[in-house]
Amino acid sequence: MIDETVVVLSRLQFALTALYHFLFVPLTLGLSWMLAIMEAVYVMTGREIWKRMTQFWGVLFGINFAMGVATGVTMEFQFGTNWAYYAHYVGDIFGTPLAIEGLMAFFLEATFIGLFFFGWDRLSRVKHLIVTFLLALGTNLSALWILIANAWMQNPVGSEFNFDTMRMEITDFGAVIFNPVAQSKFVHTVSAGYVLGAMFVLSISAWYLLRGRNVDFAKRSMTVAASFGLAAALSVVVLGDESGYTVSENQKMKLAAIEAMWETEPAPASFTAFGFPDVAERTTHFAIHIPWVMGIIGTRSLSGVLPGIKELVADAEQRIGNGMQAYAAMQRLHANRDDAQARAEFEAHKRDLGYALLLKRVLDDPARATPADIGKAAASTIPNVPVLFWAFRIMVGCGMWFIALFGFSFWLAARRELDRHRWYLKVALWSLPLPWLAIELGWIVAEYGRQPWAIEGVLPTALGVSSVSAAQVATSLAGFVIFYTALAVVDAILMLKYARKGPDGLGMWPPAAESRA
Amino acid sequence: MLDYETLRIVWWLLLGALLIGFAVMDGFDLGVAALLRVLARDDDERRALLETIEPVWEGNQVWLILGAGAVFAAWPLLYAAAFSGFYFAMLVLLLAFIVRPVGFNFRNKLTDPRWRETWDRILTIAGLIPALIFGVAFGNLFLGVPFRYDETLRMSYEGGFLGLLRPFPLLVGLVSVALLLMHGAAWAAVKADEVIARRAEHLLRSLSFAFVALYVAAGVWLAFGVTGYAIDGGIAAGGPSNPLLKEVAHSGGWLGNGPLGNWACVAAGIAILAALAAPRLSVRRRHASAFVASAFAVAGTITSAGFALFPFLLPSSLDPRSSLTVWDASSSRTTLGLMLLVTAVLLPIVIGYTTWVYRVLRGRVSLEHVKQSHGMY
Repeated sequence: MIDETVVVLSRLQFALTALYHFLFVPLTLGLSWMLAIMEAVYVMTGREIWKRMTQFWGVLFGINFAMGVATGVTMEFQFGTNWAYYAHYVGDIFGTPLAIEGLMAFFLEATFIGLFFFGWDRLSRVKHLIVTFLLALGTNLSALWILIANAWMQNPVGSEFNFDTMRMEITDFGAVIFNPVAQSKFVHTVSAGYVLGAMFVLSISAWYLLRGRNVDFAKRSMTVAASFGLAAALSVVVLGDESGYTVSENQKMKLAAIEAMWETEPAPASFTAFGFPDVAERTTHFAIHIPWVMGIIGTRSLSGVLPGIKELVADAEQRIGNGMQAYAAMQRLHANRDDAQARAEFEAHKRDLGYALLLKRVLDDPARATPADIGKAAASTIPNVPVLFWAFRIMVGCGMWFIALFGFSFWLAARRELDRHRWYLKVALWSLPLPWLAIELGWIVAEYGRQPWAIEGVLPTALGVSSVSAAQVATSLAGFVIFYTALAVVDAILMLKYARKGPDGLGMWPPAAESRA
Repeated sequence: MLDYETLRIVWWLLLGALLIGFAVMDGFDLGVAALLRVLARDDDERRALLETIEPVWEGNQVWLILGAGAVFAAWPLLYAAAFSGFYFAMLVLLLAFIVRPVGFNFRNKLTDPRWRETWDRILTIAGLIPALIFGVAFGNLFLGVPFRYDETLRMSYEGGFLGLLRPFPLLVGLVSVALLLMHGAAWAAVKADEVIARRAEHLLRSLSFAFVALYVAAGVWLAFGVTGYAIDGGIAAGGPSNPLLKEVAHSGGWLGNGPLGNWACVAAGIAILAALAAPRLSVRRRHASAFVASAFAVAGTITSAGFALFPFLLPSSLDPRSSLTVWDASSSRTTLGLMLLVTAVLLPIVIGYTTWVYRVLRGRVSLEHVKQSHGMY
């Protein structure tokens, strides 16, 4: 049997380190393009202030980038240290986008970030701008390849199981790259990063305006943030909707859980705006329904039917039964590799092998499962409904707020009235944590909502763990918590200090102050 | 398209190339960080020495990321076994690679001497640890590591962290530390202010001798004191990647019986000659050539280890049959072919722009320049 404590601790460690890493990455994604935009204005207009803006936000970018790089290595190592069976089982497919990310994207950003900081006096204006642009391109390509890898976990296309090597192997790399889930996820995720970058600049600039400091500097920064942020916020919502559509095609259970949709409704299904999901009773209390909306988002039609949780559990029972036949044939093949009949049976049923592996948490030998065991395993395919239900709604609420805030900011910027309303500046300042909240909740909806699967329908998360002891994982988890907390404190101190100092305190702007530095 | 056997050989060579890329590129900034408090005496000097690596270490570290990613993609069994088997060693290595980015970026952000002193100590330790761990890990490969597979290829590892700290691997760990310190000193001699460079040049001589002495000692020990492994049938060079399909026996020794044992000795000879040449070139003010010689020493050392082990990647002391070799630990043929194509297209581009960046940054980092700059990095 799998050691449940190892599973729980390994998952906790992965979730914490991923959520932590994901505090820094989206800011890098957004801020890198804003640096490129500001520097492009500098190159086109030749106005010194735009160069100083690039440099000042660049300092904050650098602090954040270091944290992103530092915590990113953990993610790559963790697949091997804590998820060794996962790494063996799907490395043939999953490893490739990670390796390409290193070659195509990470080299680009990491090589040019040095020149971004140290190249101002060594490069012509245009060349430095190209460096900044390549830096931004690198960070975004990085996200692309990581999300291609992640999308394959959500929608494992282009691959099949090979008995001789006991793992999934690639059959169609094109399908993996052009996975529809990857495309919608990529645009949704980078847009969310752009919103965060824009909010970061908007909020800190609003703080300067509230204090009457760095006024020219802050207004220009806010103008960039407002336009970039509005475009990004609109794109997040539109592509979030696209995500919803692609999820409905391949992860019906995740969608049903987000909706707390226990029963299959006649088309077009209604959207539950509010309610209290009750897992034990498999119902949602005090639900407020908006007719038709869910069916339209999920199926792009008025006639498509979205299956409810109960129906999906029944489907899972079917597939577990089918998978058990594959598992039994696999056992016969282990006894005799040349058993042609067993091999034929295995090939016929291996598509559902993953469902039989769900039984591994219930009993040692899936081939001997009773109907009660099967029922238990099938019920385990329901993710945590209340968490998904609420996480999704708060995330969407934040998204709507961003559109409103950036829309208003854009309108103020167009009228050159950014510093007119103190209440607006305060709202802009205090909205700073919201994109982080939305982004972390988005991660939870996508990844916690994928449970119990590591690879949807192929490999249960619990089976992916390494053969390490619970004590080992507990030690490393404690190590990460201590280490990461210390880093978070140091990072926060530096960020606050440099944001507070501002361009004036750092002697970057206005120019008269520079001679004092 | 190339056949499976050839692709495996190509990816074995590429694995070596990536390791060498990592050790040559990141090796010098690990070495410089480890020598930070030896080569540079006050804060200005340390800032000047650090500025020789600050613009480039990030790109260098990607060789590690890429190396790990490529092992994941091309040798998934090796990736899974090595990373989970060496659990705590990997954790310590990881912590070193987590504090380095932060250390480089944060050190100059505050002027408090205690703040800077703390980061200097952290950077020093974080420079030494990876060198030591990589060496100890390599040493353990020759002795074999206690793991086995069940029929579903789930690996179990039956040994702890302390079990890795055996005398031979520890000696290899010291070889690796001496090698990267030497490489770091060679870099400082090229790039740092003359004051620091002079110290580095001086240190280069002792480090080069220390490396050669330790390396020769490890080689002699390997030749006469370590039992090797040999494949004993059941293997098909183009067959499925399943380690349990073969038989493995203990052989006389890695250097005597291994198919590439002689070539390992040639590579070792190159490493020794190059390491001895580095300080001589440096004394004649040919610092760039000295750095190239040091890089050859790094490459020769890694090549000698890889050749001696061939065709093994990770021998198992517990169940020799479970040992991972070039013939049964790789990805599928499709993945290897595809990854080769991608690498052939992208790696030259990476090398191209990296070269351009180093050219832009050419020249020494002088103390004068550091005293005037406000150190926004």
